[in-house]
Amino acid sequence: MSTVTLHETSAHHATHDHGHHEHHDSFISKYVFSQDHKTIAKQFLVTGIIWAIIGGLFSVIFRLQLGYPEATFPFLEDFLGHWAKGGKLQPEFYYALVTMHGTILVFFVLTAGLSGTFANFLIPLQIGARDMASPMLNMLSYWFFFLASVIMMSSLFVQTGPASGGWTVYPPLSALGEASSGSKIGMDLWLVSMAMFIVSSLLGGLNYITTILNMRTKGMSMTRMPLSIWALFFTAVLGVLSFPVLLSGAILLLFDRNLGTSFYLSDIVVAGKILPNEGGSAILFQHLFWFLGHPEVYIILLPAMGMSSEILSVNSRKPIFGYMAMIGSLFAICILAFLVWAHHMFVTGLNPFLGSVFVLLTLLIAVPSAIKVFNWLTTLWKGNIRFTPGMLFAIGFVSLFISGGLTGIFLGNSALDIHLHDTYFVIAHFHIVMGVASFFGMFAGVYHWYPKMFGRYLNNTLAYIHFWVTLIGSYLIFWPMHYEGLAGMPRRYYDFSNWESFKMFGGLNQFISLIAMIVFAVQILFVINFFYSIWKGRKVTTMNPWEANTLEWTTPIRPGHGNWEGDIPEVHRWPYDYGKDGVDFIPQDVPVGADESKH
Amino acid sequence: MKEFYLVAIVAMIFVVIFQIAKASEYVSVLKGEDKSRKQNNRINAFLMIAFLVLGLFGAWYCNELYYSKTLFPQGSASVEGEKIDLMLYITIGVTGVVFVITQVLLFWFAFKYQEKDGQKAFFFPHNNKLELLWTTVPAIFLTVLVVFGLKFWFKVTSDAPKDAVVVEITGHQFAWDMRYPGKDGKLGNKNYKLYNQPAGNTLGVDFEAEESWDDLHTTEMHLPVNRPVKLVINAMDVIHDVGLSHFRMKMDAVPGIPTTMWFTPQYTTEQMKKRTGNPNFVYEISCDQMCGQGHFSMRGVIVVETEEEYNKWLASQKPEYFTFFPKKDPSNQKATTDTASAPIAQAMPQ
Repeated sequence: MSTVTLHETSAHHATHDHGHHEHHDSFISKYVFSQDHKTIAKQFLVTGIIWAIIGGLFSVIFRLQLGYPEATFPFLEDFLGHWAKGGKLQPEFYYALVTMHGTILVFFVLTAGLSGTFANFLIPLQIGARDMASPMLNMLSYWFFFLASVIMMSSLFVQTGPASGGWTVYPPLSALGEASSGSKIGMDLWLVSMAMFIVSSLLGGLNYITTILNMRTKGMSMTRMPLSIWALFFTAVLGVLSFPVLLSGAILLLFDRNLGTSFYLSDIVVAGKILPNEGGSAILFQHLFWFLGHPEVYIILLPAMGMSSEILSVNSRKPIFGYMAMIGSLFAICILAFLVWAHHMFVTGLNPFLGSVFVLLTLLIAVPSAIKVFNWLTTLWKGNIRFTPGMLFAIGFVSLFISGGLTGIFLGNSALDIHLHDTYFVIAHFHIVMGVASFFGMFAGVYHWYPKMFGRYLNNTLAYIHFWVTLIGSYLIFWPMHYEGLAGMPRRYYDFSNWESFKMFGGLNQFISLIAMIVFAVQILFVINFFYSIWKGRKVTTMNPWEANTLEWTTPIRPGHGNWEGDIPEVHRWPYDYGKDGVDFIPQDVPVGADESKH
Repeated sequence: MKEFYLVAIVAMIFVVIFQIAKASEYVSVLKGEDKSRKQNNRINAFLMIAFLVLGLFGAWYCNELYYSKTLFPQGSASVEGEKIDLMLYITIGVTGVVFVITQVLLFWFAFKYQEKDGQKAFFFPHNNKLELLWTTVPAIFLTVLVVFGLKFWFKVTSDAPKDAVVVEITGHQFAWDMRYPGKDGKLGNKNYKLYNQPAGNTLGVDFEAEESWDDLHTTEMHLPVNRPVKLVINAMDVIHDVGLSHFRMKMDAVPGIPTTMWFTPQYTTEQMKKRTGNPNFVYEISCDQMCGQGHFSMRGVIVVETEEEYNKWLASQKPEYFTFFPKKDPSNQKATTDTASAPIAQAMPQ
């Protein structure tokens, strides 16, 4: 067991006193408008969980339609009224559900819920800071996210329905109320909500970057930071540089919708009406969207990679293999993420030469990805593995990242993409690699850091059921979709029964829907476990339950605002001294011994 | 009522699982936490290897079930699509090997190196040779894939051969319209501002221009077999996408920005019925870009036929011009002359 080293000369003397403050916080300032990074992290997490339940439920409802296109479900009418007339989901509402499922899970759960939670929670604790650089901005970041959530939620209740043009909201469909009922007021609310969301993510991102660069404790050089922090750092950089582009795209779309401009509109006759718009380009929006949209994929994925690296190392009782290569590959992915956006647009009539450049850059991403995978495998090799729930999900993450990553090699190759673009192959690919894999990273993080968040453990048996059913279920859902995609079965279809080419997959669709419901039910089990354990879970009795090296485990079991009661510990080594010189683990704040070997 | 029971049963299952899970916590305290932790560790390690074995078997079984339903056993219906199929096989080969190796290593390591009493983890922070190995090997494989991919990509996206049959296809919510250039080989200009002028001119064709007078407007696409065909793709309202999965072709239809693609059909619809063993086989055009509530029903049909059948079909179609200007139709003019020359007495009773 390590001892918390107290230093008379702390690098952060200015904030030194903070930890000793006797806080007499009211309920509001402690739990609602809190400026404590740990509370804000929990706010992000709980809001994310609520959104995840809603987004997941939407997928269950539209999977009912896909699995049982002939059947009626009278109970749907009780909930949805005229959206499910006679117990049958209406196409408009089906598309609204699909759109909201994507929007909610990509942005509200896997961006805000994932980065928001773990960047807030881990950055100060793992780099040795009392709080974020600007706790005030941090609080605002959550409340802008909350505002975005309220607006997005309200769009579900407007008469013409929420946005229904897909989460990518391509104009002209999303720009013209005449083209789709979801492109009426629901779309304006979507855009305003996204603008608020972007403000939230920029406030958060700037804060994360500033904190990591300026507020590391004494001895915590950049190359001694845990990989989780490196990943969150690159995530924040990606977000700060790419989200503003989406903001501009969204604002131009708002102008086109409401002020009569023609940024994205030209030569259009809709619902029998000749529109006066001239000179715009519908493709321009796709460039602006995917300039965020592709980095967004990595905004979702990198935190999961970082946390999995950390958890794999801790529970293998081995250092992460190739620490510098891991940072290098994160950096490479971060750079390349900005240079591949047009691979979403191979069939828009893009100049073939331009397309070829994007093929090259896209497939280049496979190199850093491969490095990461092999390094994770080598981390497990000759370890002494403890299957904590967090570890299981981290292993599951690697498996899913491999499966989903490899199909990216199909889609990134433009010649193949011609056939596979916008089919179920794409759905399978991105759900596995960024949806389920990132969820696994997030679950790994929740299970691993739950003791630090709440001072209690989650129930292990429920965790094991959660893991195995989710892993098997996810593969059962998405693996066969590759075959549907190879047959050319298009995405975003409400019903395939009239298509000679696709109707033979009816039985498979039913099977997938059934499994999706089971997997959803198991997530509810996780949610019950999560909330039950906050109050009733097994109590944590040691400061360092996983016997890990990073600094968050040197804080009290339930750290107050300011994190450390005494001085912030000084860091003397990298965070991965597991099994070195036969010692199981040496925390970062332990000074290097005279006879210690070098590595 | 049925739903009520269903909800009740699901809730019951939840409660049971939850109680079992809670009980297991007490059991582990009774047994000693360390002992039960080790037991859990063994169970999960075993499940890891079981998952690997069953997973690989499942992947094989899934392939048995569904490979025949993909389009690949029947082959590409276009000459160019064969390149895309070849590319697919190369990619499946390369990624398949990587997939099996990495997944086997992952779950095998997890099983083999599970925590054991007295086992010490091997301190192995880095090894430059190994890292260099798995940087360069993937890079080499990817180079191969990029080279093949781009070769096919440039071939498929190259300019259409000069002798290609030209067909214009226009997407609108929620159907496809085709135009054929007629005998002069030229399509008349279109302008969206001419929409519905004269009434029914849904594509906004400029009928002032002489090129449009012999153009055909159809809702079904007929193509001759073994001749390259070039599609000129338009959209009236929102973005659509011409998806031709049998030909392995796909291109967006963007309002205001015409796009093109070309391919050479190599089997007639009748031949495909035999090849697939499906008497109802039909080449379908699917809209592959979300375009509104009727997106899933935006279906078009392509009939690939022999040159003779194709020419016969072309001859049977009436230029659209004449539906708007029936007086210019030579067949009507003939009819008009006929009636004019007929005795007045016969026309009188009308």
